[in-house]
Amino acid sequence: MKSIVRLFVGVFAAAFALMYVTSLLNSSQGYTGGNTLTIYNWGDYIDPELITEFEEQSGLKVIYQTFDSNEAMMTKVAQGGTTFDVAIPSEYAISKMKEDDLLIPLDHDKLPNMKYIDERFMDLPFDPGNEYSIPYFWGTVGIVYNPDMLDGRKLTSWNDLWDERLRNQILLVDGAREVIGMGLNSLGYSLNDTNEEHLQEAKRKLAALTPNVKAIVGDEIKMLIAGEEAAVGVVWSGDAAEMMWENEKLDYVVPKEGSNLWFDNMVIPRTARNIDGAHAFINFMLDPEVAARNAEYVGYSTPNAAALELLPEEISGDERFYPDAVLTAKLEVYENLGKRMLAHYNDLFLEFKMHRK
Amino acid sequence: MRRTIKWPNLYLIAVFIVLYAPILYLVYYSFNSGGTMREFEGWTLAWYREVFADTRLLIIVLNTLVIALLSAAISTMLGVVGALAIHQVRRRRRKNALLSLNNVLIVSPDVIIGASFLILFTIAGIQLGFSSVLLSHIAFSVPIVVLMVLPKLQEMSPTLVDAARDLGANRWNVLTKVTLPCIKPGIIAGFFMALTYSLDDFAVTFFVTGNGFLTLSVEIYSRARQGISLSINALSTLLFLFTMLLVVGYYLIDQRSGRPAGAEVRR
Amino acid sequence: MSSNTRNLYLIPYVAWIALFVVAPILLIVYYSFFDVEGQLTLDNYAQFFTPVYLRMTLSSFWYAFLITAFSLLVAYPTAYWLTRTKHKRLWLMLIILPSWINLLLKAYAFLGLFGTYGLVNALLETIGIGARQILFTDFSFVFVSVYIFIPFMVLPIFNSLEELNPSLLYAARDLGASPWTTFRRVVFPLTLSGVKAGCQAVFIPALSLFMLTRLIAGNRVITLGTAIEQHFLVTQDWGMGATIAVFLVIVMALFMIATGERKVRRIR
Repeated sequence: MKSIVRLFVGVFAAAFALMYVTSLLNSSQGYTGGNTLTIYNWGDYIDPELITEFEEQSGLKVIYQTFDSNEAMMTKVAQGGTTFDVAIPSEYAISKMKEDDLLIPLDHDKLPNMKYIDERFMDLPFDPGNEYSIPYFWGTVGIVYNPDMLDGRKLTSWNDLWDERLRNQILLVDGAREVIGMGLNSLGYSLNDTNEEHLQEAKRKLAALTPNVKAIVGDEIKMLIAGEEAAVGVVWSGDAAEMMWENEKLDYVVPKEGSNLWFDNMVIPRTARNIDGAHAFINFMLDPEVAARNAEYVGYSTPNAAALELLPEEISGDERFYPDAVLTAKLEVYENLGKRMLAHYNDLFLEFKMHRK
Repeated sequence: MRRTIKWPNLYLIAVFIVLYAPILYLVYYSFNSGGTMREFEGWTLAWYREVFADTRLLIIVLNTLVIALLSAAISTMLGVVGALAIHQVRRRRRKNALLSLNNVLIVSPDVIIGASFLILFTIAGIQLGFSSVLLSHIAFSVPIVVLMVLPKLQEMSPTLVDAARDLGANRWNVLTKVTLPCIKPGIIAGFFMALTYSLDDFAVTFFVTGNGFLTLSVEIYSRARQGISLSINALSTLLFLFTMLLVVGYYLIDQRSGRPAGAEVRR
Repeated sequence: MSSNTRNLYLIPYVAWIALFVVAPILLIVYYSFFDVEGQLTLDNYAQFFTPVYLRMTLSSFWYAFLITAFSLLVAYPTAYWLTRTKHKRLWLMLIILPSWINLLLKAYAFLGLFGTYGLVNALLETIGIGARQILFTDFSFVFVSVYIFIPFMVLPIFNSLEELNPSLLYAARDLGASPWTTFRRVVFPLTLSGVKAGCQAVFIPALSLFMLTRLIAGNRVITLGTAIEQHFLVTQDWGMGATIAVFLVIVMALFMIATGERKVRRIR
């Protein structure tokens, strides 16, 4: 009995001592006052130095929290127990958040730097007139591959993936719309196709791909491809840039049949407290010099035309990540297909995963 | 005779090697100057310096420890009370009903627990952060403590309690002098299991945390998007060494002072 | 006698159950009757009984069974021989210690160890077996799951072995029983409660593993847990996710009632 009591007293004492230390550290970092700005972003999706600079410039203290999926982020925002001042969701999430009344309209007068954004990326169907969102980064979905492991062959189209020589060599990213979309694109259909016959055709075509698929993975895909665990990966362009940075042998291609064009935009969620601060932050991130540095750090494509000019030619001139007009015309933005259709896509994807070799 | 001693030791050594192989792998690469867990380029201490320079990370580690210790201690108390409650129920059907309810949280996937707690906290109006994380860690640790303590209670001979009663012991005395010492191994086991669950948990915390309160597993998960930085390896190495020292130290102290007392209790 | 005295312990415990068990269950049952568009429906249950989900259920049970069986196979001798060592408490703690290192980190370490250019393949190469694909196979999935669940199996078995009265073993030996017979007739039956507790602590969570199915099995293994996670986090089809959860809860309750009754009988 005595030893149990001693153990518990010890544990509580230790816990409270640690709590005290934490609170000391917290206040030494300045995380206590009301003058804070909470940013909710994807993991490692900003140059941390820019946050420090923003803090110095604005006098605000930034609390930075990350999410790993649009859905997780929306759940938190909808729940209401949190106060996020700025969030960075993808385009389909924005149209959903708009529907669910989770966003605050932007005050364009407070965002003078908005003018630097390339016209092509403004006023898109998911947010007409940019009432709620401003582009942060954009990119494509494509194929990253290691020519050395393919005897120097080049891949140019989705249909190249069905090659028998790629047996057990392909890693896919764990996304229903990406994989089903790949099936649809390879057949010449639209990414946003809802025709049941087309979808079943895509499903059958994907089932034929299973012998070539080594695994369907998440963010580990970067580590695995860069480590030459597999020769081919279907990935987002930003991830491809990171892999190529780590392993110079790799190459990236946006398949000629067309692919997905996606956006991550900055928004102000309904739960925001520091709305002025949020506008200040968005405007800060739109500054050409800041956006250029951020693009260099993150490796994704910037929608900021003025920032693009500041980037070195080897980045801005790289057609794999800044595709020309011909290819861009073939790229499609995901449309909000409605919950029922999305659930159907997911069921098809689930069946694909369960399809055994 | 010699054979019976040698094989078991070999087996145990093999088990320990397998258990510690991934950890040693992490430790080894924490000294890698190459920056990834793939190729080992050279020895460096840079990652350790990075850990000590990162106050934010330190706060997160402390948060994790506070949550683990508090939730383990509180859930152990609740769990012991729960086990006693279940043990005292005499009706078999009611007992099974309680046991089944107890185990619901163990069977439920973390995602479900996380999601339903999130809704629950919303309804209850609890701000997401320290308290919501602590509450949910306590909640999912209680059943495992009950499961650890209950077998001890069932193995305890009922005559022991009756004898104590006959000798004039009141309820409190029976509890502290007879029951608790008997179930002590179960309590300790339950505490450590609760600690393990709390330190290990990612999914539930991920759902119910907010307002800048982070634990290590959530932080690691969000950093993993970029491919894990080796400073996380360095941090894990430090934590690992620290707990190792703590365990060995606790054992040595317990050995020296606790042994006689423990033997006495057991009798 | 004690059934007449009030069971004071029940109050805090039942309060906990009401708040954190019953309330969430009710919420889950409630959600299981709604489809993606928020309409009241029974479709989710109908969908659960389609081949896709039934196959998934079967494979979940199969893998959970494998994981539990292998955990038991490895853990029982470990616990048994641990009780025979000199500093057994210390060794036991050292068995638990690895589970305090973050699961995700350990999974990443396994990615490195099992990879094409990893340590294990290098070892196989030197022995002469030759490199082979280990990652993203059933083997790696079961192996890593067992690795993770081992402490949860060792601990209860170790505890019940500790409780064993050594004089029983001497008696058995004096009566001429071989070590194997002693184990089969005396030790194992008396530690059955620990084995059961361990199996419960492994089997049930193994049914709903989700992180490892992606990291180690590359989504080659789909468990009910994976499906629930998908429905809650990706599709946001909470109804379907809740339906699978309701099914799991029912299975668990049946499982507990079955093992619980036997336990009561044995004690009497």
